Amino acid sequence: MTAPLRWRVARLVERRVETPSAHTLVLEVPDWPGHVPGQHVDLRLTAEDGYQAARSYSVAGPVVDGTGGPRIEVTVQRVPDGEVSPYLIDTYAEGDPVEVRGPVGGWFVWRPEETAPVLLVGGGSGVVPLMAMIRARRAAGNRAPFRLLYSVRTPDDVIYADELRRRARDDFGLDVAYVYTRQTPPGWRGEPHRIGLADVNSHGWPPDLEPLCYVCGPTGFVETVADLLVGLGHQSRRVKTERFGPTG
Amino acid sequence: MSPGFQGRPRSAEPALPPGQYLTQDFPVLSAGPTPKVPLDTWEFVITTETGAEYRWSWDELMALPQETPTVDIHCVTRWSKRDTTWQGVSLDTLLDGVDTGAHYVQAHSYGGYTTNLPLDDLRGGRAWVAHTFEGAPLPAEHGGPARLLVPHLYFWKSAKWVRGIRLTPTDEPGFWETAGYHDYGDPWREQRYQGD
Repeated sequence: MTAPLRWRVARLVERRVETPSAHTLVLEVPDWPGHVPGQHVDLRLTAEDGYQAARSYSVAGPVVDGTGGPRIEVTVQRVPDGEVSPYLIDTYAEGDPVEVRGPVGGWFVWRPEETAPVLLVGGGSGVVPLMAMIRARRAAGNRAPFRLLYSVRTPDDVIYADELRRRARDDFGLDVAYVYTRQTPPGWRGEPHRIGLADVNSHGWPPDLEPLCYVCGPTGFVETVADLLVGLGHQSRRVKTERFGPTG
Repeated sequence: MSPGFQGRPRSAEPALPPGQYLTQDFPVLSAGPTPKVPLDTWEFVITTETGAEYRWSWDELMALPQETPTVDIHCVTRWSKRDTTWQGVSLDTLLDGVDTGAHYVQAHSYGGYTTNLPLDDLRGGRAWVAHTFEGAPLPAEHGGPARLLVPHLYFWKSAKWVRGIRLTPTDEPGFWETAGYHDYGDPWREQRYQGD
């Protein structure tokens, strides 16, 4: 029998505003056991009357800065009419507690021992677990070639925009490409469009390189991209997916 | 305590399992691409611990007595959905006449997915091979052509794209169970992860 995963009381030590609707929360978690990129945690809130609500969030990364206790980062996207995300974005303040349980999930993960080329395809906040992989690759000195194909509505919706720009320049072997669905940046070649075969074909890897493919985003997005990858000849078992339903 | 957290208005509705919230949508949770399974080669197979096999083609499944359960479903990702209506064949019907002393099953799917359950949980009018959802053929992303429907357990036990069940003397962890999820998965006891 495995020991139960216990709830730990974490505290907010830093908040980064990534976009108007997505904030990164840096949490200090006592005795954090560590995690693998792609895993998630459950965050639980408790109201004054004892009512509790919990949701799962992908871990965006470890923060290695040598100060304080172990830290994890989660990036929370506001869900309209959500119960938990509006609180975490609007109300939750530095120093406040939140319960954390995890890490959870052993499938949608990338381990730094891997050497195969990697294709990451993210839609909206689906980029979060993919960013954890990008960060871990660099931190581990892993040289596996990585490509990130990131679909967002508008340039203002890009989460981790500055860091991605910097890493695309500095992280040897990392390519970053964007698809804009509603509005492109000034001077962009091409019209806004939903991700399609041409995008996956030009920015992915040929199937004979047997890349590991990770696809994360809303259900329709993931269905489309996973079908395209299989259609292009990628083996189903090399295509790992994580779909967002409405969680709040 | 989470300072300033109020949560949704408390409901007078019948309780949901702990930690669940209601959704009107039907979210999708799958680990890989959605398999496309043609009906003319589709089959459902029960394999016993001695290797005996009981097979049904699509037409043979459709010729069996059909049931239309209306049930609440509970996903481990915390959404629940009330009063979903399905059509399918009861596992009681399929297991009738299957000679076994096994206590567990591992369900397996087109696409390679597996999940484990006690055999008793497939009996007693509590489990179906379901092919119709709300009066229409079950969409592929929700497990069509047919999925297991075991609504009293977390919904990952209701294997999508089900191809068969293998009767096993011991409880053999399946896909999500190997990745850290609970072997039984009772939502009312909140058995989400191994050790819960």
